[in-house]
Amino acid sequence: MTEKSTIYLDYASTTPVDPRVASKMMEYLTPDGEFGNPASRSHRYGWKADDAVEEARSHVANLVNADPREIVWTSGATEADNLAVKGVARFYKSKGNHIITSKIEHKAVLDPCRQLEREGFEVTYLEPNEFGIIEPEQVKEAIKESTILVSLMHINNELGTLNDLQSIGEITRESGVFFHVDAAQSTGKVEIDLSTLPVDLMSFSAHKTYGPKGIGALFVRRKPRVRIEALIHGGGHERGMRSGTLAPHQIVGMGEAFRIAKLEMTKDHEMIAKYHEKFLDEAMKIEHVYINGDLKNKVPNILNMSFNFVEGESLIMGLKDIAVSSGSACTSASLEPSYVLRALGRKDELAHSSIRFSFGRFTKESDVDKTLSILNNVVDRLRELSPLWEMHLDGIDLDTVTWNTH
Amino acid sequence: MAYSKKVVDKFENTLNDPKAFNVGRFDPKEENVGTGMVGAPACGDVMKLQIKCEPSGNTHVIKDVKFKTYGCGSAIASSSELVDMLIGKTLEEAKAIKNKEIVDALELPPIKIHCSVLAEDSIKQAIEDYESKQ
Repeated sequence: MTEKSTIYLDYASTTPVDPRVASKMMEYLTPDGEFGNPASRSHRYGWKADDAVEEARSHVANLVNADPREIVWTSGATEADNLAVKGVARFYKSKGNHIITSKIEHKAVLDPCRQLEREGFEVTYLEPNEFGIIEPEQVKEAIKESTILVSLMHINNELGTLNDLQSIGEITRESGVFFHVDAAQSTGKVEIDLSTLPVDLMSFSAHKTYGPKGIGALFVRRKPRVRIEALIHGGGHERGMRSGTLAPHQIVGMGEAFRIAKLEMTKDHEMIAKYHEKFLDEAMKIEHVYINGDLKNKVPNILNMSFNFVEGESLIMGLKDIAVSSGSACTSASLEPSYVLRALGRKDELAHSSIRFSFGRFTKESDVDKTLSILNNVVDRLRELSPLWEMHLDGIDLDTVTWNTH
Repeated sequence: MAYSKKVVDKFENTLNDPKAFNVGRFDPKEENVGTGMVGAPACGDVMKLQIKCEPSGNTHVIKDVKFKTYGCGSAIASSSELVDMLIGKTLEEAKAIKNKEIVDALELPPIKIHCSVLAEDSIKQAIEDYESKQ
């Protein structure tokens, strides 16, 4: 077990399963539970499991105001993104071969796009503005005769900034182009109403919303109808779009998590917004702190900050009792700083110095207070160690220095 | 990233008691001080190493060292480890220090070997600066 003294502020990476969700999941595993295969039509084990799966489907649909028949179970948002992007591209390839996405999408969208390029598709990667937002105008300008799909995220996972789905969707509708949205970070954070929102496909994840890992869903609109080519074949489950025996315990977990999200979204939001305000007020008192993202247009559960003259990984090591993530190169296997932060056009230094704090349902006010006090102390100490801070205090403009790089 | 206990300890000790671990600065203009600064902010690490030396026989001996490092935990630990190796050494001995010694002492993971290379470069540059003043 992780030491209890560690404060978890990495909810945008994953959330713990809500205990109410976990106890519901337990009912679908053991011999005395409903362990049946939902595809078994010949006995009550199967029927019961199928009922549970369909009930969960309505909970998921209900949170985003969709029809349950528009929800396809997947193994997570990554699979949902793959299914949407590759599924639409391959099904409609006779109509066109151009796809539009952005440079700051999740890898679950970018990597399928790269794959499609290898298959002969053409992909446009839109540049976000300095706050991490894709303007509807940019989408409009990028659409051409051969465009079949636009895929953009709702909330950016590193920055928390929101794209304007309504305006972008109106543009794609007008042009007869499908619009896919990765909404892995959105559920339980912001209202989504798919009965009015002009979006054709939307990806969801359970584990960002207090459900289990290993389960997600893709919304595939019925009217106007979107068709996709399946990625996984073998039995024709999920109306042919995703074969494979359904996992009722996982699905029930996602359903329960989304049911609770609908009920508690307002409460969660109010509490987290309060934490966000406090954290921001206090952290901004530290000198040379920058916000990555758009304070006027972002969710309060994600707060990405750069502490200039301090490297992100060392900051994370200094914050050893606090679980957070960084856009620093040193925390990644590739030694490249966050491609999302780099795409904002800021200096690489700020990407190296960035920390993402993300709050959630189980964050306590004392967690916020304790983190702020540790953060203040560690930033001070690391700056005392930093030659860049020393130079800054000496009045040297770091941009004018010639560095001895490797 | 799983660091060895040695990296974590070195980093934390240096952070918690910077003076005891030679964090600081000498006046770079002093004749008996050599300064080396390597790396770049855009790459995520910058090491500044300063040596204070005294003539001894027909060579010079490192009497004191100060450093400051901006970088990941293993960059800070590598600098601090190097400092431990330098005091009391002649310039010839210091020149002979190889990054491998830092890698071994801290059990650096392969992806962090560049931190030790940077540390080796910092002492080389500091000695060069010192010698140019003599």
